[in-house]
Amino acid sequence: MAKSIVVIPVKKREEELRAAFWEQIKGIPRGDKIQNCIQCGTCTGSCPVSYMMDITPRETVALFRAGHLEEILHSRAIWICASCYSCRVRCPSGILVTDLMYALKRLAMQQNIYPPKFPVYALSRAFISNIYKYGRNFEMGLAIKYFLKAAPQKLFASAGFGLAMVRKGRISVKPTSIKKIKDVRAIIDRANQLETEGV
Amino acid sequence: MMEYAYYPGCSLEHTGKPYDMSIREVFKTLGVGLREIEDWNCCGATMYMSVDKVVGFAVSARNLALAQNMGLDICAPCSSCYTTLRKTNRHMAWNLHSRKIIQESLKVVNLAYEKPVEVRHPLDILVNDVGIENIATACHYEFQGLRIAPYYGCMIVRPVYHFDDLDDPETMDNLFNALGAEVVNYPDKVRCCGGMLMTTFEEVALNLNNHLLKCAQDNGAELIATVCPLCQMNLEAYQAQINKRFHQNYHIPIVYFSQLVGLALGIAPEKLGMNTMLIEAPNLKLKLKEARVAV
Repeated sequence: MAKSIVVIPVKKREEELRAAFWEQIKGIPRGDKIQNCIQCGTCTGSCPVSYMMDITPRETVALFRAGHLEEILHSRAIWICASCYSCRVRCPSGILVTDLMYALKRLAMQQNIYPPKFPVYALSRAFISNIYKYGRNFEMGLAIKYFLKAAPQKLFASAGFGLAMVRKGRISVKPTSIKKIKDVRAIIDRANQLETEGV
Repeated sequence: MMEYAYYPGCSLEHTGKPYDMSIREVFKTLGVGLREIEDWNCCGATMYMSVDKVVGFAVSARNLALAQNMGLDICAPCSSCYTTLRKTNRHMAWNLHSRKIIQESLKVVNLAYEKPVEVRHPLDILVNDVGIENIATACHYEFQGLRIAPYYGCMIVRPVYHFDDLDDPETMDNLFNALGAEVVNYPDKVRCCGGMLMTTFEEVALNLNNHLLKCAQDNGAELIATVCPLCQMNLEAYQAQINKRFHQNYHIPIVYFSQLVGLALGIAPEKLGMNTMLIEAPNLKLKLKEARVAV
């Protein structure tokens, strides 16, 4: 007699995460193409940083389809992706791998899944608060703020060429704000509001 | 006269200052108009996308709307700005839901983005609008046998085909050849420099940049020409650290493609920010010879 197929029920937590994930990628055209992955590994082979990842891009898709989204969110891999788009242009199934990586990053942040001093998260936050404050990205302030939060020891390591850059006039020591900074803030506030309310 | 709305982006105000200077000078000399978008703001780069995509695109769209009001297409030299602004355009065309949020947000500050503007890279403008032949004709000098590694990086060729091949772009190669330089074989021309990874996962980024420098050196390049302020910064400012970590002895000048065009046009090096580079390029001066007048 043939063995009966055992269907393992997906855990509630995984189900919730998956719903949130589809929500994140619903705005990406062809986002659902993740279903078409043929596991050829072209993405991993094209990726210049896959050798440093705990799970490769190909494995990411496999794990997702096997119902291990939470494991993916806890990986280093999604944060190591430098967004070079090599995988995306070569994928024979037309999967927008880089955009999926962004979606996973957003989902992880939304779910508060990352170590507290996690570098990419800290940098993204510092970057965004810079835009809200000045309208532009103030590199020196960004670097200091980020390093203090994530890796204070690096502040000194970078000080060498930092000084050379200041001498050459390539780093400004004081921030300048754009004139209509209020406009930028109003746009951000309104967009945030519309997103939470749902239009 | 050709004219574009100029979007320098944050990097070109500081670390990428020589890029900004040389683009302005080269465009002026070639008679191409550049009108800076008044009071432009940060495009959001890859960072905003990692936190909130739609809000990031709304921030980016303010610049597109301002350019639209000028009635001009955008010229964006920074690869990251270039990709982000283009991505905002594509996203607004595809996604009605986000478009609505973005439009509503712009409305708060009396802006509307109805007629999409094209976002162009200066390399594309110089090669395809001005034309390589016209540039070569305007040049007073040529680089006699200067061996250049043309480095395109990621974001002007990917994710979507725009003006050059995804795997083997040649725009810069053709331009430098026309200026008398010898473009070396550079298989790493579209390999990633790591971008922001240099701040977050330094180890990974240093390795990537070591690859790029080694490939240039092995192929006999005297310098690397870049089109992006982030690539330039990673390759130049971290070269000493890379030497130390990987026991190398690189001393490879990393210059902007526009600086090379400017020098050939006869623009004074200080006006192109050559004196602000961390690694000087003495070979440039040696190999910059007065062009033979065509008979």
